[in-house]
Amino acid sequence: MYSSDAITNKLPPPDTHFAVSIGDCTFNYPGQPDSFFSHLDLQIRAGERFGLFGPNGAGKTTLMHLMTGLLPSREGCIRLLGVKIEKHKKSINKLFGFVPQDFSFYHELTPVENLEFFGAWAGLHKQEIRKRTDELLDILGLTEVRNKPVQKFSGGMKRMINLAIGVVHRPQILFLDEPTVGVDVQTRHAIINYLKELNKNGTTLIYTSHQLNEAEELCERIALLDKGKIVAHDDLDKLLSAHRQDGLEGLFLKLTGEKYKND
Amino acid sequence: MYKLRATIIKDIRTLTRDRIGLALMFGMPILLVIIITLIQNNTFELVSKNKSPLLLCNRDTGEASSELIQAIDKIGMFRLLEVSRDLSDKGITDRMHAKDALLAVVIPSDFSSDVSAKTRRLSSKALNTFGLKGDTITAGSGIADPVTLFYHPILQEPFRRSVQGALYSALQLVESRQLLKSIYFSINEKQLPDSLENDILSNKISINEVPVSRDGSRSVPNASQHNVPAWTIFAMFFVVLSLGSGVVREKLNGSFIRLKTLPTNYLVSILSKQVTYLGVTIAQAIVIFTIGVWLFPAMGLPALDLPSDLSGLALVSVLCGWCAVSYAICIGVFARTEEQANGFGAISIVMLAAIGGLMVPSFAMPDSFRTIMKISPLHWCLEAYYGLFLEGGKLKDVLPNLLPLFIIVLVLQFITFAGLKRKNLI
Repeated sequence: MYSSDAITNKLPPPDTHFAVSIGDCTFNYPGQPDSFFSHLDLQIRAGERFGLFGPNGAGKTTLMHLMTGLLPSREGCIRLLGVKIEKHKKSINKLFGFVPQDFSFYHELTPVENLEFFGAWAGLHKQEIRKRTDELLDILGLTEVRNKPVQKFSGGMKRMINLAIGVVHRPQILFLDEPTVGVDVQTRHAIINYLKELNKNGTTLIYTSHQLNEAEELCERIALLDKGKIVAHDDLDKLLSAHRQDGLEGLFLKLTGEKYKND
Repeated sequence: MYKLRATIIKDIRTLTRDRIGLALMFGMPILLVIIITLIQNNTFELVSKNKSPLLLCNRDTGEASSELIQAIDKIGMFRLLEVSRDLSDKGITDRMHAKDALLAVVIPSDFSSDVSAKTRRLSSKALNTFGLKGDTITAGSGIADPVTLFYHPILQEPFRRSVQGALYSALQLVESRQLLKSIYFSINEKQLPDSLENDILSNKISINEVPVSRDGSRSVPNASQHNVPAWTIFAMFFVVLSLGSGVVREKLNGSFIRLKTLPTNYLVSILSKQVTYLGVTIAQAIVIFTIGVWLFPAMGLPALDLPSDLSGLALVSVLCGWCAVSYAICIGVFARTEEQANGFGAISIVMLAAIGGLMVPSFAMPDSFRTIMKISPLHWCLEAYYGLFLEGGKLKDVLPNLLPLFIIVLVLQFITFAGLKRKNLI
């Protein structure tokens, strides 16, 4: 499934079965004695479209930051494609792409200039970056504005740029933290369709969102988080039938409660 | 290397599109250099070339007061504006409030008779001391009414003292002449010949002023030589406003999270900023020096004379710029908000400039500051520049200033590295 040239020589051979494997992971925020995650276990299979859901403060973004090495776990082990992230901190970053919730690029620069810079940081060479930039801007419908500063773009176009930068180096795992927040229906469809296309070509998608209809459309398997615990983790269809629910929203409310949460 | 190149290109692009940042880094320092040099040049000329208007109220009708007026005129510092002897003190101060003049001298009505009495008394005393028979010393208080100097409070202490010194010198000359005439008359019973009077009283020994320089040149330093290097350093260190806050902005906005998830060390970004902003500081120096050389003469200011050792000037500029950039990045790494970086950065630079001798010459500082000033990188930058610009030195002459500067750069780099490690940024 994976091309070996994408994985640096510094890394051990990839495990093609699990994209992410979290074992007995404990995490504390600095200065807080209580563990946010305690002995957490989670496996995400390679090539699947996996959704992380939960109310505000459940730990979705924190878990994503642990999986991408942005936060260090206190105990336990996190592996991406079988490679321990603690041991191969920088070299492992070639394997995955990250699309944060915030716009993560330079607003003064054009799409081409942003992709040139982030492509170089992702380890691509000049020619590769040029080719990939043309390809991505074409797919995402940004060719006409390729040389205009991003700060003049609409929210939807900025979401597209945010996504394009995350996939510029053809990552094998793509972490997406609310990639469609604040965009119109057309843009959301374009993004979801592109993500499905990426997944068809072998990219594992790990996704969080509060757009549950969209999540139902995209995700094959999900984990529901609440207060730092995984309250459900399985194929979406199996979970819906097990809990006798028609949709993800009903399942979400049943498992995480209907009380307002804003911590 | 390609990553560093791409990052430098990104930094240059973001920098050149930040018009406010560019204005702060180039426009403001250029204005500052021009304004300060204009003001200081005016102050120099006030003392050396321009004559200050001085109201002169002579309430005396005797010979000594006329001699005093001539002596004051000969000093060359003043443009005398004689006013009516009947003008009251209030009338004089009113005219000073109207800024007709910032100085006024009032010669009291008994000035000539007082001087005459004083010199006769001294003459008799001197002749008696020599064993000659002088006139009988008449009884009297011996205290003459003083000459009054009115000054406007806006005049600074050093200028006021120089005026006071000049007036004392004129008074001394009048009294000496009178005393000489009196002694001569007492001995010879005839008037002192003019030629002898001139021979005795004219100061034939001049003062030869020699600026100490390493290259033997005798060019007199001017306001441009003093101000351009000093405010160039100030401009270089003011990159903290753009660079320090830029580092904070990058840490706080989303792009930093993305950078941390990419297989490149954040040190590349820090190194790129060092290279880019070092270029900015060098550009600042080139622009400001060029203005000093070419634009200042067109504005009526003295031209900036560049040092003969241009390679020395280049190295000093690079080291000063590197130090300024290191300081700005250090502030940016530790500041949590842009407001912190800008506020602390700007105020600390002003303080370091004051401590370092950019605002008040280091020789005029209290002893306690002589040690403190050595911790200011701006002090070492200034000493190195002055070594080249004012003393006509070469690179080897300013190396003792560059070594502490280099050490400060290394310390700042180490603190930055430790800060990045501690904050888990690298």
